Amino acid sequence: MSITTQKKVQIDVKNNDTTTESKTEQPRVVYDTKDLNLWYSETHALKDINLEVTENEVTAIIGPSGCGKSTYIKTLNRMVELVPGVGTTGTIAYKGKNILDNSMKVEDLRTQVGMVFQKPNPFPKSIYENVTYGPKIHGIKKKSLLDEIVENSLRGAAIWDEVKDRLNQNAYGLSGGQQQRVCIARCLAIEPDVILMDEPTSALDPISTLKVEELIKELKKKYTIIIVTHNMQQAARISDKTVFMLNGEVVEFSETDQLFSNPKDKRTEDYITGRFG
Amino acid sequence: MEKLEALHQNNKMNARLRKNSIWKSIFFLSTLFGLVVLAILIIRVLIQGLEWIDLEFITSRLSTQADKAGIMGAILGTLWVMVVVIPVTLIIGVGSAIYLELYSKKGKIQSFIETNIANLAGVPSIVYGLLGLTAFVRLMDLGNVVLAGGLTLALLVLPILIVSAQEALRAVPGHLSEASYGMGATKWQTIRKIILPAALPSILTGSILALSRAIGETAPLTVLGIPALLIPFPQGLLDTFTALPMQIYYWTLDSSLVAEYANLAAATIVILLLILFILNSIAIIIRNKYHQRN
Repeated sequence: MSITTQKKVQIDVKNNDTTTESKTEQPRVVYDTKDLNLWYSETHALKDINLEVTENEVTAIIGPSGCGKSTYIKTLNRMVELVPGVGTTGTIAYKGKNILDNSMKVEDLRTQVGMVFQKPNPFPKSIYENVTYGPKIHGIKKKSLLDEIVENSLRGAAIWDEVKDRLNQNAYGLSGGQQQRVCIARCLAIEPDVILMDEPTSALDPISTLKVEELIKELKKKYTIIIVTHNMQQAARISDKTVFMLNGEVVEFSETDQLFSNPKDKRTEDYITGRFG
Repeated sequence: MEKLEALHQNNKMNARLRKNSIWKSIFFLSTLFGLVVLAILIIRVLIQGLEWIDLEFITSRLSTQADKAGIMGAILGTLWVMVVVIPVTLIIGVGSAIYLELYSKKGKIQSFIETNIANLAGVPSIVYGLLGLTAFVRLMDLGNVVLAGGLTLALLVLPILIVSAQEALRAVPGHLSEASYGMGATKWQTIRKIILPAALPSILTGSILALSRAIGETAPLTVLGIPALLIPFPQGLLDTFTALPMQIYYWTLDSSLVAEYANLAAATIVILLLILFILNSIAIIIRNKYHQRN
């Protein structure tokens, strides 16, 4: 119970923030990346990345394949460490704490920072078990509380009405788009502050993509979202700020409108006008 | 345009189709060869042994008189050995596989260990018999009892199980464990709740293959000095025992002295095959159940 009420309070506070829009108040920086370099064995995959991600915004990362955008987003919850031979220098401060020096437990970080993957990856379990997986591994056992979490999360992911009558059926029976929204619900169930999305619609059809995009706009009110996409229109549609990456470097980082209408860098212009990539 | 004509020449097409059907028959014949040999073997064993199988044969004690001899002792011996082999191989085998596949750092030491385990799977079983004789029968001074036999056979099949369990764990799609780690699950939680359930059907198949091998092994048992002519039934881990393959071995060996022993050996083979068949069926049933649940 306490969890849900706490969340509501948080939402209210955040709504107040957006309504007042005081210019004197500094927007809170969630992720502050400084001089980040990353190597896969010998390959220099990220070069001197400096980025600030602001709370309750959608930050989109675009760039051609192999530019390091997926690597960067996976560094933000240290999933990149699952690849053997990864080395980093520099710092990424998450709410002021450096996440690259092991002062923060990786499990703790990933509880506060959820992730949605490129391919919908529900567990081969029921929809209910998929959503309760996170809460359960964090020790929540009470059935009534779990039921509540399942409903709230599925509602939050805009899929409750579609699956409420078949919560005990295997999630593999759902369509790709539905699976991806169940994965988003599963991610919401651990009540993260940040959601990382690694090309979440690249495996979906246009209608499912649209639904997920609408959902992202909705989720922005409560969560900070960082999304990697190879779809520039998508970045333009849903994001507040956009990062353009090329060959492991951040070429340009600005308000989305500005980046697409008035890019400062020649390479950004070439990319968004379709001259390469 | 010349090239296009070459593509559409009909005689070349026919040659390719002919080649295709020739290879198809070669592969079919290879399959047939194995099946026919197996069928001949089973039919011969059945003809020789089936008449000799009745309730008395299965339930009575061993005897030198062919018409009174039974194999209850050997069946019990085999079952007792399994009581040792199953937990030892499953716990150590799956445990090692989990460590090697999921915890240990991938590197030179890791690949050195893995190569050696794979090599151990190819070591002749009689060598394991010698190892068992030295380590369990002599050094630990157990004598040729169930525990010594079971541990020896467990060592023999461990490499097979480790390798197959490792393959099963490796085959679990990475995106499942990523999803689990991504929610802040620890390694053990991910293994316990995601990786092991997904790998279980394949691990089960591997263990059944390993256990079947253990049930059928004779050579290491002869080295351990397991007796064939043993009248009392084994009642515990520290009793002497005989096993079905030993029984088959000695009866076949002595069939030149007493002709009926050949029939007894055949009948015992039928029983052994039946036990293996039941074991395999159980594994398949468990596996299918798990598949349906998933």
